[in-house]
Amino acid sequence: MRRRANPAWLFVAPALAAIALFLFVPVFASLLLSFTDFDIYAVAALRNLRFVGFANYQTLLAEPLFWQALRNTLYFVAVGGPLSVAASLAAALLVNARLARCRPLFRTAFFLPVVTTLVAIAVVWRYLYHPRIGLINQLLAGFGVAPIDWLGDPHWAMPAILLMSIWKNFGFNMIIFVAGLQAIPERLYEAASLDGAGPWRQFRYVTLPMLAPTALFVAVMTMIGGFQLFAEPYVMTQGGPSNHTLSVVLLMFQEGFRYWNMGYAAAIAFVLFAILLAGTALQLKLRPLGGGPT
Amino acid sequence: MSLRAPFANCVRWLVVLAALATACAPREDGATVQFWALGHEGDAVARLIPDFERSHPGVSVRVQQIPWSAAHEKLLTAFVGDSMPDVFQLGTTWIPEFQALGALEALDSYVARSATVAPGEYFAGVWDANAIDGALVALPWYVDTRLLFYRSDLLAAAGVATPPRTWAEWSAALERVKRSVGPDRHAIFVPLSEWEVPVVLALSQDAELLRDGDRYGNFESEAFRTAFAFYLDLFERGYAARAGAGATASVYRDFAEGWFCFYLSGPWNLGEFATRLPPALADAWTTAPLPGPDARRPGVSLAGGASLAIAAHSARKEAAWQLVEWLADPARQVEFYRASGDLPPRRSAWQDPRLANDARAQAFRAQLEHVRALPKVPEWERIAAKISRSAEAVVRGEMAPAAALAALDADVDAILAKRRSLLAGASRDAE
Repeated sequence: MRRRANPAWLFVAPALAAIALFLFVPVFASLLLSFTDFDIYAVAALRNLRFVGFANYQTLLAEPLFWQALRNTLYFVAVGGPLSVAASLAAALLVNARLARCRPLFRTAFFLPVVTTLVAIAVVWRYLYHPRIGLINQLLAGFGVAPIDWLGDPHWAMPAILLMSIWKNFGFNMIIFVAGLQAIPERLYEAASLDGAGPWRQFRYVTLPMLAPTALFVAVMTMIGGFQLFAEPYVMTQGGPSNHTLSVVLLMFQEGFRYWNMGYAAAIAFVLFAILLAGTALQLKLRPLGGGPT
Repeated sequence: MSLRAPFANCVRWLVVLAALATACAPREDGATVQFWALGHEGDAVARLIPDFERSHPGVSVRVQQIPWSAAHEKLLTAFVGDSMPDVFQLGTTWIPEFQALGALEALDSYVARSATVAPGEYFAGVWDANAIDGALVALPWYVDTRLLFYRSDLLAAAGVATPPRTWAEWSAALERVKRSVGPDRHAIFVPLSEWEVPVVLALSQDAELLRDGDRYGNFESEAFRTAFAFYLDLFERGYAARAGAGATASVYRDFAEGWFCFYLSGPWNLGEFATRLPPALADAWTTAPLPGPDARRPGVSLAGGASLAIAAHSARKEAAWQLVEWLADPARQVEFYRASGDLPPRRSAWQDPRLANDARAQAFRAQLEHVRALPKVPEWERIAAKISRSAEAVVRGEMAPAAALAALDADVDAILAKRRSLLAGASRDAE
């Protein structure tokens, strides 16, 4: 029998064409761009465009500012990622607990920051963080803590951004965890309790393993989101003080869209892409054993 | 009268409808000038346009308002996509960039023919900022510069009767204010993210920020080092807080509450302070020109603002020039000032009683006689960001001043590398 092309191709062809045209072509173009010194002079006349090979990548790797941005971003991912996942898991357990009252209310309340505009949130949080009149410092003063210049002190700015970012985003992962929790069959808990498992052991030996695929998904998405940190420092600090909240994407934005060094910015984008690819591969490798179906 | 009123109303409506019809449908004869104006200026100028169309029957204008935050990007994209408007508003620091693109029509011949645009009437520094390599590529529309805003009540309470005119007087005033307000408050607010403060101090010292035809950074010059030392002293002596922008959630609130006395800022704050400060403080603040380094030299500030430019590829340059020329008329500039609060670049417009009798605006009038253009290179914004970063690094104690300025020169040299190679290529081609 003659093999016939799967008719499914016909149905997905428009979508594939759109993806190819609007995703792969631009990505390939920017890869080419990263090997040139495309800048404002090249916009003026293409003869000012020079092919520079790996010079952009060499400059980038020799540039202290890039390493600082990378350090800041890694800090955000390494500290903020686990905290954010833990916060959303805790919130999910709370709003999913059978004993909790007004569950829809809390679910909505925890999810509200996710759908609120970041700029509006940032304005409010700037006041919360204000060293003199900010609510946070006034609360801390109650415990005898000296005022902290949250957004003005290089050592506190990133933690401040982190805290706000976790508060804004944990609701989204919480919803995913709630979905994961509700997919765990009740009979497993019943069996566990018959075997004499208390709440902690039920959590440890039933909830956690069954949540593993969800947790992996959440962890990967949180990591990718963390590496793409941009809007929070852009709105709150513009990368300051002393570049301590400058993220890789913010650096890329500044180079590309403020200063029009498109070649250099494209090189930053591809370095970030490589890091993300490696990070995701690593997490998939470390996938907890004994998890449910993925 | 009672009979004619409805009739007159009818006619008025017809006129309005006709105006709407012409505004909505671009004319085929090519005399519709596309005009991109930015932010709140776009709003103000749109109200003047009907007058222009009445006095220039052959020309109609379509004003498009573009938010400032998106303007730079939109103009660049329009240039790449070959869809530039005929006339557009351009921030002063963008002029060199758009000139490098070849997007701007040279206006010298238009000005030479014009009966109303008189170059000598404009503040010299502002005019110069619009001329690149001797060619005028944009016409100043309104001006921006930096000078001293201060709380006159706090200054008087500190025992200082007149605003400082020299750096020595300024230091003395800062010292007295600092002593009178106490350890928690400061004498001056200097946001660490702003390059403007070190730059205007350097301009006052007559520093050349770039050297050799703007090919290299020149921040280790004697003049810049002197200005930089004065800047650092503001923090060293505790006159200014070492905190970043985060320390101030609202400048207006802090100014009203007396957390600082002096603030270097621009004309937009004339309006902002007037509306945002509580009424009790309405007479408690004013402005003064920048103090000079010594009694012989005035304080020099930067020449900023916005200009009107005509696209090099416009098909309606004559009509476009008519609009630019009409908007440059002193009477129009006064109207524009009243609508927007933007200060006019022509001296004769300053004779308007509203400006002439406004002491706070008059400080700007005096300062505008002493303004200088910033280096006219497309890379200026990147260089400016490096300047504020270097200043911040020293203020925060991360670097020593000499090392920071050496690093700044090296950074700026690297930023200008492509410019140097293009200039070298151009001079080779010329030979």
